[in-house]
Amino acid sequence: MFSGDEMAALFTSMGITHVVSIPDSTIGAWHPAIEASPDLRLVRVCREGEAWAVAAGLYLGGATPLVLIQCTGLFESGDSLRNVLHDWKLPIFAVIGYRSYLNQDTLPGDTCLVFTEPVLDAWRIDYRLITTPAQREEIRTHYVACRDAGTPGAALIAEGKA
Amino acid sequence: MTGSVERMPQLEALRTLHAARRADDVIITSMGAARDWMVLGAGPLDLPLVPSSMGTAPSIGLGIALAQPQRRVIVVNGDGAMLMNLGSLVSITAAGPANLILILADNGVYEITGAQPTAGSAPARADGTSVAFMGMARAAGFRTVHRFSNAADWARSVGSILSATGPTFVLLDVGAVPGSKGPRSPGPAGPRAIELRRHITQDPG
Ligand SMILES: Cc1ncc(C[n+]2csc(CCOP(=O)(O)OP(=O)(O)O)c2C)c(N)n1
Repeated sequence: MFSGDEMAALFTSMGITHVVSIPDSTIGAWHPAIEASPDLRLVRVCREGEAWAVAAGLYLGGATPLVLIQCTGLFESGDSLRNVLHDWKLPIFAVIGYRSYLNQDTLPGDTCLVFTEPVLDAWRIDYRLITTPAQREEIRTHYVACRDAGTPGAALIAEGKA
Repeated sequence: MTGSVERMPQLEALRTLHAARRADDVIITSMGAARDWMVLGAGPLDLPLVPSSMGTAPSIGLGIALAQPQRRVIVVNGDGAMLMNLGSLVSITAAGPANLILILADNGVYEITGAQPTAGSAPARADGTSVAFMGMARAAGFRTVHRFSNAADWARSVGSILSATGPTFVLLDVGAVPGSKGPRSPGPAGPRAIELRRHITQDPG
């Protein structure tokens, strides 16, 4: 739906300094553009629970991090995001790939479709579902609203492939 | 490591670190180490990670180290917590922050939940041999690794270790204190995070 250049430009315009990420096939295609951006640093972690904690440290150190993961990684993240977002109340924003939302060609009956939104609700993450390229600006608008309110938030990006 | 390894008291090992740290260092401690650090006195730049998500202290340290390259960031982690987030060793060396020191206080047990052996410690393992954290750190890409089992040796070396270019891994063999309590949160975490960020982002001058 979005090119790497579009997302790198968007993150830069949001004032993001570090993108903490584990790829899927959609997000991974954005990594080279993020890495090539002079104002963004891509931080690679090994599991998504780590991503929230690294982002927490970046935030505490005065940087402006973004967590960029697939919804499967959201499922993996539970205790870490609970601690970062709800115990320490850090306003970390995430961009989360919504696997199989646009089609289920690769994974018919993908249970990501069953659990992603209820899990976001359970963790009290205020998210916007982005299903068309025309909604790109909505990612920034929601980010700015969350930043100004000092609260966490997410953009859930519809994906086709796994 | 086997059950016969020499171990120093954790409180003494941390007292040595407490004396050696600079005022502008950031010190992150978890579990039993957080409890002991608060006994010794946590400064405004310190994060006793209570409440925590077990295993995340090295990752938080990595984030602070990347955001604040001019500050030394020292993480004191437990072996149980380390085993829960071994990938953080790899993430740290991938980013390679020269200002990060990861200290693993290895007591072989989950001390604060009643000193049950971890899956990595000799008594819990089929072959009776504990896992090799030094080897793990090296294999994960730490070029500088140190191990101390003796308080006097640690005290002699701590200053130069903290001054060296990182990322650095230090394994301290420490004794568990049976029956010891877990750390108590010194206050609501949200306001503590705001204060910590304010202090960390002040110019160290
Ligand atoms: C995800 C998770 N699982 C289990 C626990 C329960 N728990 C709390 S402290 C602890 C032991 C920590 O061991 P270690 O990191 O070695 O520190 P020590 O207690 O030895 O200082 C455990 C298992 C937890 N807090 N979080």
